[in-house]
Amino acid sequence: MADAVAQRPEAIKAVPVRHPGRWVAAVVVLAIAAAIVYTIAAAIQSDLTSFGSGWAAVGHYVFHRLILQGIVVTLELTVLAMVIGIILGVILAVMRISPNPVVSSVSWFYVWFFRGTPVLVQIFFWFNLNLILPHIGIGIPFTSIWWQVSTNTLITPFMAATLGLGLNEAAYMAEIVRAGIISVEHGQTEAAQALGMDRLLVMQRIVLPQAMRVIIPPTGNETISMLKTSSLAFAASVTELFTRQQQIATATYAVLELLIVASIWYLVMTSILTVGQYYLERRFGRGTQRGLPMTPFQRFRRMLVTFHAPPPATQEAPVVLPSEHR
Amino acid sequence: MAGTPMVKAEAVHKNFGRLEVLRGIDLEVAPREVMCMIGPSGSGKSTFLRCINHLEKIDAGRLSVDGELVGYRQQGDKLYELRDAEVCRKRSEIGMVFQRFNLFPHMTALENVIEAPLRVKRESRAVAVDQGRRLLERVGLAEKVNAYPNQLSGGQQQRVAIARALAMQPKLMLFDEPTSALDPELVGEVLDVMRGLAEDGMTMVVVTHEMGFAREVGDSLVFMDGGVVVEEGKPKAVLTNPQHERTRTFLSSVL
Repeated sequence: MADAVAQRPEAIKAVPVRHPGRWVAAVVVLAIAAAIVYTIAAAIQSDLTSFGSGWAAVGHYVFHRLILQGIVVTLELTVLAMVIGIILGVILAVMRISPNPVVSSVSWFYVWFFRGTPVLVQIFFWFNLNLILPHIGIGIPFTSIWWQVSTNTLITPFMAATLGLGLNEAAYMAEIVRAGIISVEHGQTEAAQALGMDRLLVMQRIVLPQAMRVIIPPTGNETISMLKTSSLAFAASVTELFTRQQQIATATYAVLELLIVASIWYLVMTSILTVGQYYLERRFGRGTQRGLPMTPFQRFRRMLVTFHAPPPATQEAPVVLPSEHR
Repeated sequence: MAGTPMVKAEAVHKNFGRLEVLRGIDLEVAPREVMCMIGPSGSGKSTFLRCINHLEKIDAGRLSVDGELVGYRQQGDKLYELRDAEVCRKRSEIGMVFQRFNLFPHMTALENVIEAPLRVKRESRAVAVDQGRRLLERVGLAEKVNAYPNQLSGGQQQRVAIARALAMQPKLMLFDEPTSALDPELVGEVLDVMRGLAEDGMTMVVVTHEMGFAREVGDSLVFMDGGVVVEEGKPKAVLTNPQHERTRTFLSSVL
């Protein structure tokens, strides 16, 4: 055996397969993209606004105070709705797989109802609740303990949009979390039970942490989706990004320019979220993968160097990653 | 005390739907005894093991551990199902080792071992960690304390699993084919740990295909087939001089 090691032949150096098709495709795609971008850019350039060309208007409004305020509201809506969605979603998912038939039916019904009606309808519902229910109160029956508040005070437009988006999101998150829970091998639950852990402890310490690997990628998608869906808060007159650009556009007639301003910001925010999602996935992939997946930057660098398609992301769990090659 | 068997099964029956998996098991395991169970797959030996810590519910008969019924409480001649908390408390006194190890992949070896003492027994972290290190040392993995399961070989994982079960200071250990998922060269290290446990006086029920282990370490040997105990006795006697035809054919096919 020692001889065999000593006589190791030299490493293979072969001419790699050339891929002329890739270069052709790249040129064609770039040409088409350039044509589209140029056409639109030129059209906006020739559009006359109070600031001169259309691009001047875009430049003026992109950091406009009202737009920036709108972004803050959009972010608040997104974060609050996702927090409601995730917390309620986890509770609903755990309820759904409960052995208690009442608890699991409640969860089923919730998901059926909130997933089955449009978000826009739900936002409108909360927004207009005061029409049928001017006051909301709770109290203890047969006592004089009673607390009530006017619906309009409790459910502001912002609250209506947050409730509409958050409660609807919870239905989707419940299904995502449930898929994650199911993906954890049953032997894990058995091993934990055999150690004397109760249902809640098993869920909290063993199953959910492992389910995270399956839950996080779609949750990232949901967050990105929520960032854009929050524009439906327009319906409840919440002054988030979309409503703000719409208000300015109505006043200045620079309609497309302001749509571009809004799009720029939506793209910036979703890009940041995409990167954040990547690092979260890396964190929760611990112990399930041989090595950490590459960061987006590393992937990009590799793609530039080799001009090969980047390797699949973390979705399909243990892949042997190219970064492991010496 | 000598009178109370650690495990006592009387006419234990279990069915999955229409399929009868256990059809009347009568067994006794004395404290400090090592009982090995052999038999073809589907004979019900793993199911019986899982009934002992109530991972499966029995459908008829009586099964008790250390003098207490498994899963039920008897008052007069009525049986009451135990609450989840009581089932958990009883399970925490019985260690179980699985064929597929079932280590928690998101925790290091040490975290696997201290998890139940911390969360179930509510021991202090310092005490649990101290004990955890000693247990990992005992199974020969002192330097793998901070390794994740996927960085360990099968044999090492199974030894961590044994340490994890021991961390609850069980009065009874159940082994469900602990070496069946291992590469042949790794079987020995796991059996060595189990042998050590037996020498220390742990009561063990071991479902296994390792006849050598059964012969050397086992105090008794049970051969199961078709949901019943076909033959039971001293390992040497059963292995060298089986009384039943079914035992003979099984042994001749595996030995």
